[in-house]
Amino acid sequence: MNIHEYQAKQLFLHYAIPAPDGKQATTPESAEQVAKELGGDGWVVKAQVHAGGRGKVGGVKLAKTLAEVAEFSRDMLGKRLVTKQTGAEGLPINSVLIEKTYPIKRELYLSVLVDRGSERIIFIASAAGGMDIETVAHETPEQIISIPVHPAAGLQGYQCRKVAYALGLKGAQIKALGKIMQGLYDLFLDKDASQIEINPLIETDSGELMALDAKINFDDNAVEAHPDIRAMKDAEQEDEKENKAQQFGLNYITLEGNIGCMVNGAGLAMATMDLVKLKGGQPANFLDVGGGTSVEKVCEAFKLILSDASVKAVLVNIFGGIVQCDIIAAGILAAVEQVHVTIPVVVRLEGTNAEQGRALLSNTGLNLYAADDLAHAAEQVVALAEAA
Amino acid sequence: MSILIDKDTKVICQGFTGKQGTFHSQQALDYGTKLVGGVTPERGGEIHLGLPVFNTVQDAVNDTGATASVIYVPPFFAADAILEAVDAGIKLIVCITEGIPILQMLRVKAAMAGTGALLIGPNCPGVITPGSCKIGIMPGHIHLPGSIGIVSRSGTLTYESVHQTTAQGLGQSTCVGIGGDPIHGMNFVDVLSRFQADEQTKGIVMVGEIGGGEEEEAADYIKAHVTKPVVAYIAGQTAPPGKRMGHAGAIVTGGKGTAEGKVAALKAAGIEVVSSPTDIGVAMKGCL
Repeated sequence: MNIHEYQAKQLFLHYAIPAPDGKQATTPESAEQVAKELGGDGWVVKAQVHAGGRGKVGGVKLAKTLAEVAEFSRDMLGKRLVTKQTGAEGLPINSVLIEKTYPIKRELYLSVLVDRGSERIIFIASAAGGMDIETVAHETPEQIISIPVHPAAGLQGYQCRKVAYALGLKGAQIKALGKIMQGLYDLFLDKDASQIEINPLIETDSGELMALDAKINFDDNAVEAHPDIRAMKDAEQEDEKENKAQQFGLNYITLEGNIGCMVNGAGLAMATMDLVKLKGGQPANFLDVGGGTSVEKVCEAFKLILSDASVKAVLVNIFGGIVQCDIIAAGILAAVEQVHVTIPVVVRLEGTNAEQGRALLSNTGLNLYAADDLAHAAEQVVALAEAA
Repeated sequence: MSILIDKDTKVICQGFTGKQGTFHSQQALDYGTKLVGGVTPERGGEIHLGLPVFNTVQDAVNDTGATASVIYVPPFFAADAILEAVDAGIKLIVCITEGIPILQMLRVKAAMAGTGALLIGPNCPGVITPGSCKIGIMPGHIHLPGSIGIVSRSGTLTYESVHQTTAQGLGQSTCVGIGGDPIHGMNFVDVLSRFQADEQTKGIVMVGEIGGGEEEEAADYIKAHVTKPVVAYIAGQTAPPGKRMGHAGAIVTGGKGTAEGKVAALKAAGIEVVSSPTDIGVAMKGCL
């Protein structure tokens, strides 16, 4: 789960991680009022969307006057911001963050995440901040330092000092960085984060360290245990269909093709998409209906798939393990009738009672095709989508 | 022979009297698994499915001599269940539970270091030695005792591989679903090394997917240590970057963990990688 920058900075405040003075606003008037209260002679107006790359597309603007704060906020609010991370539709800007500006001496990078290879929480830091860290890692890996933390020992002082020296910090800054890292580590553990990124972490002209940006992702498996984090969820920043799918216990991801896929199991769902592509088609979605495959679930799955107008044909691929195929077939049949599916649906059923299942799906008078083999099913659905 | 489990393996079930535990324990008993009891706190002394229920794993081990345990408890209780099994000296722990927070698994793995206990999963179908012992949620009847070792991160793709190797008349020695979570127990290399050492296993099917670097590690290991033929398939070639594809661990981040990278690493190690999931069985037969 993702949250907004302003929410991340509120959490930072609780963990004594310094960030610029600022506040979010939802109207140009309140934005101007926020700037007035903050004081100073320069402000930054930042569009609050769940995506990076805002600066390059006008989602971050420097205002020199209060009137500019209002003007830039008016330009952003109510619009959709398209960045390289959002897809063509972009994300709605429902609020802006207004912050004081600070003279920047250097831009650094600091993040914490779970490294699956070493099975540790690791800190990653670099003196090359403000840039895409993956590019830095690729082009100048020597500019990156990573520190694994043992779960029993926790973050140690020497580890923070190691990072501080690698970043070229001196004197009081070393202690300040230690406090920031400890704050990040505590926040990470307390709230079951999966990644916290500060890019850039700035060194001001006066030598202060400050999180100019803040990005936090949380472990979806743990969010249930943190009502305060769950309350920060902004459904408008997420794909509507993906949100809807979650409510019904379905795993759904929108893609750009025209062949809808409905599959049991995440691995088989990925493999089915790959197979559609291999046979010359384009999958419209990833959809894992999970184990049970009840009529209700299959109905909801069909509704989701059909809500995408570009879908011309559907491939249902079910490996009936413990649930028998004739029962699954009856469920699919009921769902196709209930949801009034009119586009062609190719069904591949394998497992217990597969033949009985296929028989149920044949000669129904509906636009249903029962395939006996996955490769043929994929070829058939690609041909049907092309003919449509 | 087989790996990890055989007809004599004594198994207990944690979360025995719950809905999942009850259903799959009955299936395991029907298959012939030596299930000797189960654990549900505060239900000790009862009889469930004709077997004794214990309050603690230690009680169950002391009374039955079980060496393996299968866990069907909800996600927020699973870390506790795994560590209870480790503490009681269980040698093989199979955790089916999906949705365990990653930081809990991180602590569990650190706590297990040096104990010698093996963990399969979590978020996995389990392990089966066809005709002898079934621990997990896989449909038993699609399996055939035989010569192919199967290891996979995905449940349903394990079933596909089983189905295809059964259809080819090859059968399976043991099938291990290592699970779809980013931090989990046994990995590809742990299972591959056992298949290499197992006499019954003549060929190996390895099914990977996007995310992480375990397929790449497996490629290096196979090149250096595995002499038996290996057929590999990697799922997720059309998966968009940054999106979690159902499994918590199936995600491409920062250009790492892509299907192309994994396929290239496996091919560079001389392994046959099929581009269609429907070709696994035929390709395996062709290698023998």
